[in-house]
Amino acid sequence: MLKILKYSFYDLMRSRWSYVYFGFYLLLGVVLLFLNNDLSKAVITLMNVIIVLVPLIGTIFGVMYYYNSKEFTELLLAQPLKRSSIFLGQYLGVAISLSMSLILGLGIPFVFYGLFMSNAIWDFSLLLITGTFLTLIFTALAFNIALSNENRIKGFGYAILLWLFLAIIYDGIFLMSLILFADYPLDKLSLIGTMLNPIDLSRTLILLKLDISALLGYTGAVFKQFFGTNFGLIISFSALTLWVVLPVLRIAVKARKKDF
Amino acid sequence: MIKIKDLYKKFGKNEVLSGLNLEIGEGGIFAVLGPNGSGKTTLIKCLLGMVIPNKGEISVLGKNIKSGSGYRHKIDYLPQIANFPNNLRVKELITMIKDLRGKTDLDQELISLFKLEPFLDKKLGNLSGGTKQKVNLVLTFMFDSPLVILDEPTSGLDPISLLRLKKLIQAEKDKGKTILITSHIMSFVEEISDEIVFLLEGKIYFKGTITELKDKTKQPDFEHAIASILTENHA
Repeated sequence: MLKILKYSFYDLMRSRWSYVYFGFYLLLGVVLLFLNNDLSKAVITLMNVIIVLVPLIGTIFGVMYYYNSKEFTELLLAQPLKRSSIFLGQYLGVAISLSMSLILGLGIPFVFYGLFMSNAIWDFSLLLITGTFLTLIFTALAFNIALSNENRIKGFGYAILLWLFLAIIYDGIFLMSLILFADYPLDKLSLIGTMLNPIDLSRTLILLKLDISALLGYTGAVFKQFFGTNFGLIISFSALTLWVVLPVLRIAVKARKKDF
Repeated sequence: MIKIKDLYKKFGKNEVLSGLNLEIGEGGIFAVLGPNGSGKTTLIKCLLGMVIPNKGEISVLGKNIKSGSGYRHKIDYLPQIANFPNNLRVKELITMIKDLRGKTDLDQELISLFKLEPFLDKKLGNLSGGTKQKVNLVLTFMFDSPLVILDEPTSGLDPISLLRLKKLIQAEKDKGKTILITSHIMSFVEEISDEIVFLLEGKIYFKGTITELKDKTKQPDFEHAIASILTENHA
């Protein structure tokens, strides 16, 4: 698996898109930090961008990479390699190179800004950690979609729909249900609802870390009580990990049964 | 060498292989023939474990292929359409496959046989179809495996390369290897193969030498013998 990972990674490191992605974050980081002197505001803006963009790029790149390397995958399948290691290797290759673009692209300007001496280092690390989690999650989901759909157009369609659902529609439904059932106690429901969507979960984690939960009113207090504690932090990271592990397992299972 | 028992494979509603039985002994060149859609590629992909059969058993060199991927160390496979990652250079691809399968020194010999030296530093995306096929051939033959499977090996090759390929296949046969070939070019098949396996509607219709086939169909030459099978069964 490590060999496949190595080659997928090299292959992606050479593609123009990795650099575009890296350059975008570099630019974003530089602009936000050096043209705007408020660090916590910069982190919030970054969060808003990351929360939406990272899942989108992860999904699109994952689907694109799978379909583009289809013939090459067939070449690998005829070699004495285990199927699961071929696909997991490719998956990790994509996910790691995307995460690298993110971490380096944002990390470099922050290092120059003097991050290590500022208090924001924890907020910033949390931002990068959740960004990496989101990359891992959405690339895995993209591979799942691509493995289940022979037709590229369909695969792309489902991938975009998935992103749209988790990034936007889910929130809408969530909000509507909160308004609709406003007469009932909703703290548990909203906690669970947040847990079930990795994008919401990441957003909540970062917002609460930034100590602006007062803005969220009563719900914010409930959330703070839950996510602010170590227990809540552990639970939410476990939820994120589960979001990575389950799709990855399905990649392995699906790959074993598929015809090429 | 290869034993296939009662092989069934369906793609959706389309039954491609329906109870195929085949035994192939050690040594010699076997041509797998059949009309389009008769299941040649599916059969080969089943052998390689790329397509998973609905029913049936396949063993290669006495080992059931379900018991792991290790048996593929004994198989060299040339896929029908050579499409490689466009970002890689030829040299890197060869190094990479060597890295994945194990060491070999045969690649240098094959590269000079197919005159690929000027292309080693070129990216695979910039190569012509014929050159890609040559790279494909190098990748296939550089491991000295006892079983060689070639899916349309002639596609895109110029006459000189075709001659070299024929010589190469003969040389491999003389080493005692078993070679499976699919091709639609009948003159190539007639010239090179010892035995043919004719697939029709997912079953083996005929297996034997070309002379036997001519006797069976009472046709004077190979091409007409094949044509007569097809017209008899499709008329």
